[in-house]
Amino acid sequence: MLPVTTILFYIFSAILLGSATLVVTARNPVYATLYLVLAFFNAAALFILLGAEFLGLILILVYVGAVMVLFLFVVMMLDINLARLKEGFLGYLPLGLAIAILGVLELAVVFWTSPLGHIPAPAAIPANADNTRALGVLLYTKYLYPFEIAAVILLVAIVAAIALTLRRRMGTKTQNIGAQMAVRAKDRVHLVDLREPKS
Amino acid sequence: MSAGQPTLAAYLILGAILFSIGVVGIFLNRKNVIILLMAIELLLLAVNINLVAFSHYLGNLDGQVFVFFILTVAAAEAAIGLAILVVYFRNRHSINVDDIDELRG
Repeated sequence: MLPVTTILFYIFSAILLGSATLVVTARNPVYATLYLVLAFFNAAALFILLGAEFLGLILILVYVGAVMVLFLFVVMMLDINLARLKEGFLGYLPLGLAIAILGVLELAVVFWTSPLGHIPAPAAIPANADNTRALGVLLYTKYLYPFEIAAVILLVAIVAAIALTLRRRMGTKTQNIGAQMAVRAKDRVHLVDLREPKS
Repeated sequence: MSAGQPTLAAYLILGAILFSIGVVGIFLNRKNVIILLMAIELLLLAVNINLVAFSHYLGNLDGQVFVFFILTVAAAEAAIGLAILVVYFRNRHSINVDDIDELRG
């Protein structure tokens, strides 16, 4: 009798590989995005099986919640001519499949023959293990500087994405707050002496 | 630990197959930039599974920290890639890779 975690591993792996295959073969990019969401859910389940529950939840929150929604948004916003994009869809299939099968076989041989592949599974994770706390301690001590750099990368991404897609439409009327603040009374009011000059 | 648990090799082969599916996706959908970006996400996911599996089996949390950084960089990459795609579509009304040859000398 196999342990229940092993059965779960095979179920999640099968769904993950199936949905990944559908991602790359789906005719409609919307379906591809939704299959990718399914793939990420199964990968998150595998992470949790491996005791990385923080990363599993982050994968769902960040990937399914933010990145895949962004993908869906872009896919639905762009009016794509699908027929043209599918031209020659199968032309590269034999080459791609050959390279993929070769790669999988080579890696499988290496993993099965190397002693690395047969490291015994560690003891069951204790019920009170705190993966989030352990990861947080590591992030804020040993990996503090990389953590800060990751924050800067996210800032750069925000600035780049906004700067790329910001579009100023011609002919719209907006406030120019800088010019408004810089104005002085003498620029606006011009006092003219209207009295009749004394002759 | 009890026999019958998946070995490290099982997880590594799962990662290898997922990576290969991503590579095939790049071959198949070489005209559609959106699916190319999704295939890149699949490749990164395969790498993440490998790192988490090593982290679990070697009892070392550093692998999970690396996954954290990969997720950060991948999110930034997806955001900027899609922004470039939107700008390109706005200018050319196409996302076909074959049309992106303006800079060819």
